Order: sequence, then structure tokens, then C-alpha cells
Amino acid sequence: MSRIAALPLLEVEGLTKRFGARIALRDVSFELWPGEVLAIVGESGSGKTTLLNAIAGRVAPDAGRVLYRALDGAVADLVTLSEAERRRLLRTDLGLVHQNPRDGLRLAVSAGANIGERLMAAGARHYGAIRARALDWLARVEIDPARIDDMPATFSGGMQQRLQIARNLVSDPRVVLMDEPTGGLDVSVQARLLDLLRDLVAEIGVAVVLVTHDLGVARLLAHRLLVMQQGRVIESGLTDQVLDDPQHAYTQLLVSSVLQL
Amino acid sequence: MTVTPPSETLAGYSFAYLDEQTKRMIRRALLKAVAIPGYQVPFASREMPLPYGWGTGGIQVTAAVIGRDDVLKVIDQGSDDTTNAVSIRKFFARTAGVRTTDRTTEATVIQTRHRVPETKLQAGQIMVYQVPIPEPLRWLEARETETRKMHALADYGGMYVKLYEDIAHAGRITTAYDYPVMVNHRYLMRPSPIPRFDNPKLDRSPALQLFGAGREKRIYALPPYTPVKSLDFADHPFSIERWDERCAICGAGDSFLDEIVTDDRGGRRFVCSDTDYCSGRVAAGHRA
Amino acid sequence: MYVAVKGGEAAIDAAHQLLAEARRGDPGVPELSCAQIDQQLALAVDRVMAEGALYDRGLAALAIKQARGDLIEAIFLLRAYRTTLPRLAVSEPVDTAAMTIERRISATFKDLPGGQVLGPTFDYTHRLLDMGLADDAPRGEAAARRPSRASEADAGSMPRVTDILSDEALLETERDPGGPISDLTRDPPSYPAPRDARLQALARGDEGFLLALGYATQRGYGWTHPFAAEIRMGWAAVEIVPEELGFGVEIGDIQLTECQMVNQFKGGDGKPPQFTRGYGLTFGHGERKAMSMALVDRALRAHELGETTDAPTRDQEFVLSHCDNVEASGFTQHLKLPHYVDFQAELNLIRTLRADFDRNAAPPDAAEAPAEPETAA
Repeated sequence: MSRIAALPLLEVEGLTKRFGARIALRDVSFELWPGEVLAIVGESGSGKTTLLNAIAGRVAPDAGRVLYRALDGAVADLVTLSEAERRRLLRTDLGLVHQNPRDGLRLAVSAGANIGERLMAAGARHYGAIRARALDWLARVEIDPARIDDMPATFSGGMQQRLQIARNLVSDPRVVLMDEPTGGLDVSVQARLLDLLRDLVAEIGVAVVLVTHDLGVARLLAHRLLVMQQGRVIESGLTDQVLDDPQHAYTQLLVSSVLQL
Repeated sequence: MTVTPPSETLAGYSFAYLDEQTKRMIRRALLKAVAIPGYQVPFASREMPLPYGWGTGGIQVTAAVIGRDDVLKVIDQGSDDTTNAVSIRKFFARTAGVRTTDRTTEATVIQTRHRVPETKLQAGQIMVYQVPIPEPLRWLEARETETRKMHALADYGGMYVKLYEDIAHAGRITTAYDYPVMVNHRYLMRPSPIPRFDNPKLDRSPALQLFGAGREKRIYALPPYTPVKSLDFADHPFSIERWDERCAICGAGDSFLDEIVTDDRGGRRFVCSDTDYCSGRVAAGHRA
Repeated sequence: MYVAVKGGEAAIDAAHQLLAEARRGDPGVPELSCAQIDQQLALAVDRVMAEGALYDRGLAALAIKQARGDLIEAIFLLRAYRTTLPRLAVSEPVDTAAMTIERRISATFKDLPGGQVLGPTFDYTHRLLDMGLADDAPRGEAAARRPSRASEADAGSMPRVTDILSDEALLETERDPGGPISDLTRDPPSYPAPRDARLQALARGDEGFLLALGYATQRGYGWTHPFAAEIRMGWAAVEIVPEELGFGVEIGDIQLTECQMVNQFKGGDGKPPQFTRGYGLTFGHGERKAMSMALVDRALRAHELGETTDAPTRDQEFVLSHCDNVEASGFTQHLKLPHYVDFQAELNLIRTLRADFDRNAAPPDAAEAPAEPETAA
């Protein structure tokens, strides 16, 4: 690992968000290191999706900072960044994989165009080269390259999700935020997607913040874990340590509730 | 004589119809537009005696820049004699009392709908384009708030996605007119519904080119010698239309041709869309 | 040799001559006078003034006559004329509470100070064609006793319903945010538009479009639970404060219709439960327009009141970009203009694409294997 790895990629400090009288996030802080997968687990209403949206700039926090360290070392607070800059980052350095792939795809254009868009937005101007990259990525996410000109609406849910992932990864992002990427998919499809994600992430070295209610997904993909309850981080640590030896009563409850098949 | 002297001016109206305050407002918008080539400047478009959608933007721009000594040419579909060109030319003859002409070479101000003259424009001439929809991203995004952001961020990826899709599905880019261009390497612009045949004429033209959208309330401009590049891919370069036929009147093989249906058995003739160019060639001795 | 078609100018002159004849109709029938239009087609005149954004009955009647009864064409004439008029002053806000009332009703209270004054209305008529009106014989109706000057006697006893509700603090108060008023005839629109600019656009907006949108809100597209707190129609004074004088001077009276809708609001985000408002105002007698405007005004306030903005009736850009019938009519009808050059360009393209398509679909030679379908390269 290079010297840059000595500094965190993302530093979240004191993030707080209220919706009316309800507090969705209470003073949440954590760091994300290059190449690591951090899972945020908790039940519905724990605040984990709000946390992801706050980091992505889709919801404005009431307090706190989200410091992102770019490749050149420059640090910016995503919360106070201009919309112009934020949108540029979301097309290049950052990725956002939505739970429902239809929210993260252009449904009116082909699979190839969906993957090629970030490249074209960044200035790619050779049709053949863009198409070749798209074909390459379709293969990497295990979609038949012959479907490059097909519309996403003709894809299964699992394929749409893999297309969404390809659309994000094509720009070589340094951080990808994922919201329940396997939610809503059949169990066998989930398993295949998880294997793919694990291989891709290891191969590319991208850092991931992964929101999930499924501890099995966290166990398989994440190096570290944050456990959230009622807007607070109540426990954090290495995935295996937290899941094998939970300290907080709530974490113990979560772990013991998981069916062992 | 090809220049028509002014007819009786409309009593009680301001020169060129608009009051001086309005003209000043439009000129300020034009100056901003010239300072930022290709950028759409909002302006407070006024109701004109011609309907919105029929050239009020172009008319307001012309009214704001035209002076007593100017010579005005008005064309629609390349011809001086189409109904709307006649109507607009009459409007200025009555409200501004300016001399009018059919000849591109004699005009100082040319207002046009959907064509650029075949005759190359000179420094000192002003072209005024009538624009129905100024926003090149409108097909992608209906909301003005969003498209303004896209221009501010030079977020034009979506436009290239459309071109990619065209090639993926049809093997070529399928935009025939109002073909989007990149102006001065910065702003994406719609050149108005001129056929793509005319796009190359915009690039580094010696003339000042002004664009007015009355109903949509936007003005934009290309100062003289501004680089204007039609969007394409390196391996699918921009190309213009070509005909196998030549003009049935003057024999031109390098102009945009109108297709005339001559009978109900599929009979066709092709003639120059630019009537002035055609008659000029005939006067110089060219024939079909 | 082919000779190009010429003669556009002569054709236009001939068309105008035909139009003049069509406008006049059968010369054996008496010519319609502007006075007749003003008096007997008064509601048409009112609509043309409202959407033409110019209060002048004579000019509106003339526009209707010139436009052969096409009201949108008449509105266009009036707007174009308005462009030529110099602006002399900006009036003080009209005090509709001091209106000389011709008609005043409230659906929210059975009785109220000043009473329910029905005035001249179609509301309780049975819509049966009156064949007796078909002959033009005079019917001996009494000369019209329509009020035309604001009178103090009426105003005091007719408090606005909205003022009655405000006393109980149950109705949100309209606050003047201060600063210069937007002027949509001077500034190009920008979104989100402030309320004053929105109301200006709605006041001159097409009645049919706003009626449809208001109706849509009642059917669930942006539901607002409206009640007609008050509709009042009558004459109000217009006042200006000339700089040299420093005090107000009345320059005339105009006839106005005002509609105040009240809508439910359960409170939230620290705000108390109370009624919210929608406002409609139109020149002349135009209840349908004023009511529709009030419904749409309230719908467009969705964002400031924390309501979801998904319905098209609550979408500012959608409503305000499309409510002006002069713009809408112009652009829709511009399709009649010659488009043959662009059509030629499209023809060329379609022919090229079709040639590609036919070439790919052509049957292969018997001896060869079928050609691979050509993928876009």
C-alpha cells in the first residue's frame, strides 16, 4: 500500500439529522480507509439509509462534516461543497448504488449507453472505444455482452443490479456507497451478486460503504462493521470480532436473531 | 434596383415598433450573450404583433439592432418569398422604414428561419436566427432548473449518450436538423432548426450571429470567428447531406436542394432552397 | 425548364381581403357595433380584458369584433397593443374590502355581516334555451342600474370572510415580504418563482387551462380540501401616489372579481393547525376564472407548506410555463409555417436509414450462408 493509504479516504464527524421531532442521526462519526469495505448494519429505522444519503449529499444534515480526501490529497467537506462540485464527484470519484436498480439506471437507453455515460461525461469521444469498455464491463459483471444494445427494462432484477454496479465502477471511483444492493433479489441471485461484489472490490481496491440489514451480507463482504440503533452507532469493529463476540446488548440481540441454516 | 426603398412608416409607433427601454433591455442581453458565446441569456420578451412561435424572438433582436441606414433581408426556408418572410419584411418596412433587399450581398442585417444563405457572409453583416426551442438538453430534461445546472457544470454526458444510442440502434447519428454544437469549446448550443448541411457555415463566420427565442425568452450569440463544432464521435464524424441531383434551374451541385413534387406519378424536381443564390447564378449565366 | 413558384406577397394580400369579407359576413345583416359587444357580450369582454392584461372595455370589444369572436385571438390583439403603451405609474394595492358590491357570496357561512348578495348570476338559472331571445325585438327590460362608482355606504357592512376568520387566528395571515414587487412583463421568469410572480402569471393565464388544473386538484391531483370562503364582484377604486404630490389620487374605478379559497392544513413542523389560502382575482366578472386561479394558487404553494409536489398541478414550471394562451396558441399554430427544409432533411435521413435496413434484410444468395445481421459499428 502507498503512503496515501496512511490517511483515511472519508472522515465522517458528528453527523446529525432531524426530521421534525424525530432524530434520525445522532452525532455519527467514523472513518473509511482506502480499499476497505465498511458495513453499516441495523434494523429498519436505525438511520443507516439516512446516513448513506447524508454522505452522498442527497439529504442535508443539521450538523457534522463529511471530509473526503481526493487522490491529490485535497480534503473537501461534502456537506458544504457546491452542488457543481458534488455532482462532479458523484460522476467520477464517488459511486452510488441504489437498492432499486431502476433508481440508478437510465431506463430509456441501452445497457451499453448506461455504462458508457460516465465515460462520455468525462470526455470520451470514440464510439468504438466506449463500446469496447462497455462490453468489457458487461463481461466483468457477468452479463452476456450480446445484450449491450438491450434496454434495462428487459433485464431481470439481478441483471439490472449488476448493470448499475458496472455503470458506477466504469469511472474507477475511489468510494462506492451501496444501499442494500442485494435487497429484493432471490436468495440464489443474491449469493451470486455477493460473490461478484467481493471479487470486484478485492480486484479493484475500491472502498465501499455498504448499508444492509443482513448480517450474512456484512460477514461476507465487510472488513469492518458499524452497528446502528435509533440513529446512533452503538458498536463498531472488525466484522468477525463484532459478530462472533458482540459487546452491546442490542448487537447481541441482532446476532442471536439471525437464523442459522 | 434590388434594394427596395422604405414604404410609409406606421404613425404613432416607435422606430422598429419597440420602445427604447425595451430595445435597451434587449441590447444588454445581446451584449451578455456576445460576451459568453453559446450561453442562453434570459430576457423579458415582449408581445409582438406576430404570434409567439412565429419569429418574435428574431423580430425583437432585429428591432433592437437595426438602424435607419441598415438594409434588411428576411428569409424563411431559404426563400425571400415564403409567407412568413414576406410578413416579417413588411413589418419592418412599416415600423422602421428601412430599405429591404433579396440579395444576401447587399444586406447588412439578415433575419432567417431554418436556413443559412449559401453565399458566404462578410464581416459587418448580422445574421438573426429565429429559435423555437433554445435548450439543447430539453429532450433529455424538461425542467429549466435542471438544464441550467447542466450548462453551468458543462454536464453534457447525456447529449453524447443520445448520439451513442443513435449509432448503436441505427448505425449513424439520426439528427437531421437543429444539430447540437459545442461553442468556443464550452457551451452546448442549438443552432435553431437549420439542416445539418448548414452547420459548417456557423464555424468561425466573419459575421455576427444572434439567436432570439421570443416565447422561451432566451437570447444567445456567436461573435465573429467563434469556433463552432458539431457534436460527433472521433470514429463517427459529423457529415452533411448530399444530393445526386443538381438544381433544375441553375445547375448548382453545392447548395441545399428543395424537393418539388411535380405530378402524382412520383415526378420530382430539385431546386436550390436559397432563391437568391439560385437567381444570382442564373444572372451569371449558369443553367441546369 | 422548371420555374420557381413566386407570388407570396400577392397571395397574402388576397388572403387579407378574403378575411375582411369573412369578418363582415353577409352585408345584408346589420354591422355589429363595439357598444353592442361591450354591453351584450360583456362576459366575453371581461375575459379578453383579464387575459389580455389590459383594462379597457372599448378596446377589448374592438378586439373581439376584429377577431371575429375568437377570444384567444382578441386576447392576443390586446396584449400586442399593451406592449406599445408607456407605463405611467404603479398603482397602490386595490382595496377589495372597500368594493362597491354587485355580488357577494360565501359558501363557508350560512349568513354573515352584509348578507349573501346574489347579484346577476347564471348560478340558479335552469339551462333551458330561451327561444324568445332569438328574435331581436326589444323586451322592455328596465335600464341597467349597475353601480359604477365605489360608494362608502356599502363597504363598511361587508367585511371580508377572511378577515372574520383571521380574528380567531384560524386563518394564516398573508405577510408582505417587503422589497420590490416582481413584474413578469419586465423580468424573464425564473424558478422557483415567488408568489407575486406566480399570481401575475395566473391572473393573465388561460381560463380553460386553469379550470382543468383546478378541477384536477378536486379529483385528487394535488388535493387541497378547498372551501369558497368568499367570492365578491363589484367596483373598486384605483389609486396612484404621484411623486410630486406625495398623497394618493384616485384615477378611476374598475370592476373586479375576487375569490378567496380556504383550505385545510393540519399543522406540522412547528406550525399550528389553521386554514391556508388560495387567491384569485380577475378583471370584470369572471368567477370561474377567479375560482380556478385560487385553486391553482393554493396548489402551487405546496412546497412552502411542506406538501408533496408530485402532482402536475403542484409543479410550478409545468403550470406557469403553459398557462399563457398567447404563447401556447402561437407555438401550437406555428406548425402551419413552412417546415419543408427540415422535412427535406428528415426525408434524406429516413431514406438513408431505410436503405441500410433494406440492405441488411435482403435475401442471401442461394450458395452462400446467410449474412450476419450487421451490428452497429
